[in-house]
Formats: sequence, C-alpha cells, structure tokens
Amino acid sequence: MAEKRITYPKSDHIKKLQMIDITKRFPGVLANDRVNLEVNEGEILALLGENGAGKSTLMKQLYGLYTPDSGQILINGKEVVFHSPTDAINAGIGMIHQHFMLVSNLTVVENVALGLKSSRAPFLDLKVVERRMMDICDTYNLKLDPKRYIWELAVGEQQRVEIVKALYRGADLLILDEPTAVLTPQEVDEFFVILKKMAEAMHSLIFISHKLNEVIEISDRVTVLRDGCSVGSVKNENITKTDLAEKMVGRPVVLQYDRSPLNRREVRLKVEDLYVPNDWDEDKVCGVSLEIHGGEILGLAGVSGNGQRELAQALSGLRAASKGKIYLDGVDVTKAAPYEHNLAGQSYIPEERNKEGIIKDFVITENFILEDHDKEPYSKNSIFNFKNIDRETQRAVDAFAVKTPNLKTMVKNLSGGNVQKLILARELSRKPRVLIAAQPTRGVDIGASEYIHLRLLEQRDLGMATLLISEDLDEIRALSDRIAVIFDGRIVGIVDGPSATSEMLGLMMAGVPLEEAQQKK
Amino acid sequence: MISKLRSLFNKTFDAIIPLFATLLALFLGVFMLKALGKDPLAAYAALFEGAFGSQRAIIQTIIKATPLLLVGIGVCIAFRGGVINIGGEGQIIVGALASAAFALYVPIQSRWIMIPLCLLTSMLAGAIWGGVPGILKAKLGVNEILTTVMMNSIAVYLSNFLLRGPMIDPHEIEMGTRAAQTALLPEYTFLTRLAPPTQLNTGTILALILAGVAFVMLFKTTIGYRIRAVGKSADASRYAGIKVPFYQALALILGGSMAGLAGGIEVLGVQHRVMENISANYGFNGIVTALFGSLHPLGTIPAAFLFGGLMVGGNKLQRTVQVHSAFIDTLLGIIVLFVVAAKIFSTRRSKKRAING
Repeated sequence: MAEKRITYPKSDHIKKLQMIDITKRFPGVLANDRVNLEVNEGEILALLGENGAGKSTLMKQLYGLYTPDSGQILINGKEVVFHSPTDAINAGIGMIHQHFMLVSNLTVVENVALGLKSSRAPFLDLKVVERRMMDICDTYNLKLDPKRYIWELAVGEQQRVEIVKALYRGADLLILDEPTAVLTPQEVDEFFVILKKMAEAMHSLIFISHKLNEVIEISDRVTVLRDGCSVGSVKNENITKTDLAEKMVGRPVVLQYDRSPLNRREVRLKVEDLYVPNDWDEDKVCGVSLEIHGGEILGLAGVSGNGQRELAQALSGLRAASKGKIYLDGVDVTKAAPYEHNLAGQSYIPEERNKEGIIKDFVITENFILEDHDKEPYSKNSIFNFKNIDRETQRAVDAFAVKTPNLKTMVKNLSGGNVQKLILARELSRKPRVLIAAQPTRGVDIGASEYIHLRLLEQRDLGMATLLISEDLDEIRALSDRIAVIFDGRIVGIVDGPSATSEMLGLMMAGVPLEEAQQKK
Repeated sequence: MISKLRSLFNKTFDAIIPLFATLLALFLGVFMLKALGKDPLAAYAALFEGAFGSQRAIIQTIIKATPLLLVGIGVCIAFRGGVINIGGEGQIIVGALASAAFALYVPIQSRWIMIPLCLLTSMLAGAIWGGVPGILKAKLGVNEILTTVMMNSIAVYLSNFLLRGPMIDPHEIEMGTRAAQTALLPEYTFLTRLAPPTQLNTGTILALILAGVAFVMLFKTTIGYRIRAVGKSADASRYAGIKVPFYQALALILGGSMAGLAGGIEVLGVQHRVMENISANYGFNGIVTALFGSLHPLGTIPAAFLFGGLMVGGNKLQRTVQVHSAFIDTLLGIIVLFVVAAKIFSTRRSKKRAING
C-alpha cells in the first residue's frame, strides 16, 4: 500500500513565529497585556512565569483555543488568524497538554490514528500509521512500542506518544505545557535529549515552565511573563537562577534558606521494619525503619515509584502494612484508621492533592474543616457553628496568604499554589506534632513554594516532626536536617542534610549504597 | 457592587433556567398538538385550568405534589451522597403495604399511637428497600442503579401477591369480585383532612417540614456534610477519615425512608387502603422533581408543586381535548430532557464564569 494517507494539508515550514502585542482580557482580568514573543526554527524558547502569569492563556491563543482581543500572530512574516485548534494544526502548530489527551484502553498506534482520516476508510489502516509512526520514532530516537496499551505505559512514555501524535500531524512548532511536571528526574533527562533532537531537526519548541533549573538547562532563549506582561526576553547566556527568579516573581527570592540550628527533641514517629503492599499485593515498601524527632525535618529522597507513595499512605492509615510497626509518640498506630492518626496529632499533605487533599466542588470553608468538622469549635452535637468555621477559616486563609475572592469560593476555582497553601493552612492549623508532607510543592510556583518552605521550617523550629517526601532534590536539600534515600522500597542510607551533595544523593537514588556513594564522591 | 449584582443575576438566571426549559418543552408540545389535530391554545388552557385554575385544582395539585416532594427529598439526599436511587416506586409500594398492614393488624385503637407508628413503619419499610441496595453497594460495590430498579420489580410482585392473597379485602372475596386491594383501614388511622371534602391532609404539612429538616440535615449538620463530602469526592473523604461505604448506604437508606413515607401518607391520608398501582409513577416523577429543584430539598418544594400541577392538569387536558394519555407522558419526558440539558448549560456557564474570573 502506498503512502496515500491524507492527514492535513502540509503548510510552509515555520521559520519564524511572532506574537505581537497580544492582549487578551477576561471579565475583571487582563490575562495578557501587549505580550510579545518570537521563536525561530531550531530554537527552544522557554516561556517562564508563575501560575496565573498568563502563559497558558497566551499559548491557548497560539493554538486557536482563544482569539486575541488585539495583536497579531505572524508566521514567516505573514499574519495568521486561528479560529480553532484545527486551524493551528493545519498551520503546523502542535500542543502537548500537561494532562495527556490519550485514550488509555487503546494502543499507542490507535491513539496516533485517532481522529485522522483513514486511507482505507471505512476500514482502519493501522499498519500504515504504524509504519509512518515508527519512522518518526526512529528520526527522533523515541522509544515506543506501537502495540502496547496506553495504560501499560509509564508517564514518560505516554508523553512520547503525545509528541509522536503531534509530529505525525505535521507539527513544525510544538508547544509543551509544563512537560516535566509529571516526569521523574531520569525521565526529564531523556525528555531533554528528545527536545534537542527535535530542535536539531529545525522544529521550533515553546517550553512552558516555572522550574528555573530546567529552563536554564534546555532553552536557547527565555521569555518571562509576569502578571500578563512580558517582562523580558533574554538569550540563555550567563543568566543565573537568581536573575530569572527575580524577573519572574518581581522581587528578590530566597533560593536558599537560613535554617536555625537543629533543636532535636524526643522521637515522635518511629517506623520499624515496615512492609507495605501496593494495590496488587506486591510489597512496595520492604523493611523500612525510620525515626523522626520533634524539631526535625527528615527528607525522603527517591525516584518516584520506589515506595514513597505506599509508605506515606501507610503512615497516615490509608493503606494497611503487611508487616512491621508504626509508633506515634510511642503508641502503636500500625492498624489505626486515618481519623485516629488525626486525633493523635498527625497531619498529612497527600501527594495527589486535588484528588485526596480537597473536595473541588466544596467551598473553602467546607474544605478547611474536612478532618475536624465533627469537633469543636466547628460543630457541637453534629450541628455546625458557621460563625466559628468562618472565623477560623478566615484566620488561616489570612495567615497562609491564600489568594481568594472570599471564603465561599469553590476550591476548584483556586490556582494550584493556592490550593496547596489552603491544605497547608488546614493541616498546620491543626497544630500537628507530626507532619507527613508528600510532594508539598509539586506543580506550585516559586512564590508559593518559598512560602510553603518557610512555613515548614517555622513549624520545625516550633518542634514539629516532619517527614518530607519529595522528588525535588533541591527542595529536600534546602529543608532537610537528615536525608533518607529510598530505592526499591528500601532505605539505601541516611545522610546529614547539610553535608549531602547532589551527586551522592543521585547515586543513592539509583540504588548505590551509602558507603560506595561516599567513596565515589 | 457590580460583582454582587452580577452574582445575583447569575443566581436568578440559574434558578429560572428550569422554568425556561419547561416553557420550551410546552412550545414543542404546540407542534405535537397541531399534528394531532388539536387546538394547542385550548389544550394548554385546560392544562393550566386543571392544575392551578381554581381552588379545587390547586388543592388537587398539592395532593399530588406531596408524594413527589417526599420522593424528591429522598432523591436529593441520595444524589448528594453520590448514589442514585431509582427505587422510589418500590419504596413507595412497600411503605404503603407496611403502613396498611400495621393499621389493619395491630389492634390499638388510638390515633396518637397508631398514626406515628404507621408512618414510622412505612419509613422503615422504605429504608429496608433502599438499604438492601445500600448495603450491597457498601459491602460489595454492587451498582445501586441496577439494584434499586430490581427492588422495584420485587416490590411490584410482592404487592401483587399480598393484594390478591394474604392482604386482600375479605369483602372482595365475599362479593366474588376479588379486586386486588386491601380492606379499608380503620378510621382512627386516617390522617386529618384539612379541607373536606377534598383529600388534602396533614401529610402535606409533614412533607414540607421534612423538606426543611432535610435541608438542615444536609447543610447544617456533620452527617449531611459527610454525605455530601462522600458524594463529591470519595478519595478526599477517605483521607479525612470518613467511612465512605457507610455514608453511601446511609444516603440510600434515608432516601428510601422518604419514599416509603410517601407511600404511607398516600395510604393513611388519601386512599385509606392499598390497591394496585398505588405508586402511580410518583417514584420516577420524584426523581425529575428533585432534578428540577437542583437537588436541593427546598428547591424541590416548588418543583413538586409544578410537577403535581402537570400531573393534575394533564388529566384535565386529556379529558377536555381528547388526547391520548401518552401525550402527557411525552410532554413530561420532553420537559425532563430539556431540564437536564439546561442543567448542563448552566454548569457550563458557571465553569466559564470560573475561568473568566
């Protein structure tokens, strides 16, 4: 069968894309205010900005999801107007969304073919699609098995499917919306190799991010947005993280914290030889022992999927351990239910905050009382005291700088950073003695992250015992007094926070034992 | 100020959307009536006349609205708990049978003891009928939509058996007519009639009070909070230490008890005996009523009044312009479709509002 498959009419190769004086206004919000952006073929442009700075709005206009109120989009110097994503795709623009648009019970090749006209209509032409798809994969060195189902794939692989889908549809310019947010450090490295390959092949890439390290590592140029305006477009030469952070946030940002000296108190949380199974009854945590003292932050570093999730759930009572013991202030809580952990003075910031940490369709006050709704002062004899609830919520919202129009706002209308601040406000207002914080700043912008970090340190100084589970090594190193590295469900080693180097932790995260890692250093 | 006005406008707009949908459905009905060769104006005049045109009509509407309201309250509670109760019909039937059995076979001749006990029996029966799917859902994860529908069939056949066998009116056997109905209940179990000679009775007042109670329960107490939390996010509820299966089952049990009570009131207040088809589609129309009232117990009150009116007015329409009763059912169906579509419309609007700030 010949290559007679019709996809989309091939447009001219995009040599230069310009967005000039783009303004987009929503009722009450000026989302983009005369924003300028330019990207050339073979170039990786990083679009940097905090949540709510207008990055997504800008990109949605480029992808035809919104039309600008004023301003122009030029491709190779000619003005184009996109009324829908189809127009944008026809012009050679592809977008990889942060949340993948894949059908999980279809195979890779079926997902690629989805929505395209078949050359053998009404029959499928998956063989042809597969051949062309594999050509693309070879060109860009993308490892993919076309026959696998999406649900079988790791997140990084799913992302590759999205990239292949876009390239298959003839995309010259790819918009990548926070592509690394869902990837592990290793996957990020692989992903960057792919990006460089695509740039070499004269594709233009727009990389949306708020992670400074990555922006500096991968991009050729950086355009920074703040409050809807472009505050600068700089070549990626000799720029420092501090410069970028300041541009992005609009004020100097602390990237390293001054920590007060460790004031270690008694052991609050003690884990002894713990085994925890996953949903398929395989032990994901295999014999973990830890002791966390009051006044201390213990960082748990590791590549995602090495048992952190199961450990956190077991420690908060959401998952039953198959063996081992958990002691909270000396009391055996191995078999305790989540609310018993709450009662015992333990708080938990769950990894999947939108799913487990909050109820999106509840307003802020209702979310604030989630765990303690049946206790005074929020309720008495099952009847709510709304005055107390409003007062306490207002106090916490103010104290934790949660940005919201009012307390009766649905939480689904808050930004990610504000949701996390709200959860933190709720958990810390409970004055816990032990906090399990899983990925507390994942997907949260720098300003909010800094804020969250400072609050965690403040609680540490007040004597709270914290288990900080994070895949962000910078975060772990900035906050932890001691760092435990988990690999394959086991603790590879525990090192002093201040003395740990990235290289050493990196080796340990790959399973190299502590002594060996120290020698290699 | 402007934002306040806008939010007020949005709220009013969302509230009148169902009304607008109803008007649109009636407008579509015009074409159906034309096609049937009837005069739409006369038909709708009859519909309105029959539903709200006179004191008598309004009273009839209220009588019909009472079971709709009770079933609707139950549906609200279940929906808020994230479970769907399609079992209203069956719950009404068992509620009616249970209260009649209690009234007929328990020889306590005191109004003050019998009426509360009869009503409680009907609630208990409804609660059991809703509880079986509830517990199956909680313990085994069985889909409650299927089980509540199945429980309807069981109730219908149970009723057929009881009304033709053990509970049949002895007079019917004597007379040889053998109509499938129970004996007339003893008079001391009748609910007080509010406006004789109509059948309007104190059950309506009870239903209104229960709408208020359900509202308070759902929005002002921790039990209601937990039911709603479970309905909105089982994951977050579990994380907060709420026993998800328990509250799902509870939502179905409470919903079932409301529908059961509807059956009890229908027997003690209106019919004074149980006959076939006692549920009269209240179980299904109650779901529509609740949806129409935005799944809010207080919103269900006007919705029940409107649907009661449609049921009563529909009869009148049918008699006056001589259309088949299928027309009324079709009209009700179209209204449901439009209301549900309008719901999606208003959800989209509120989403847009959220995005646009």
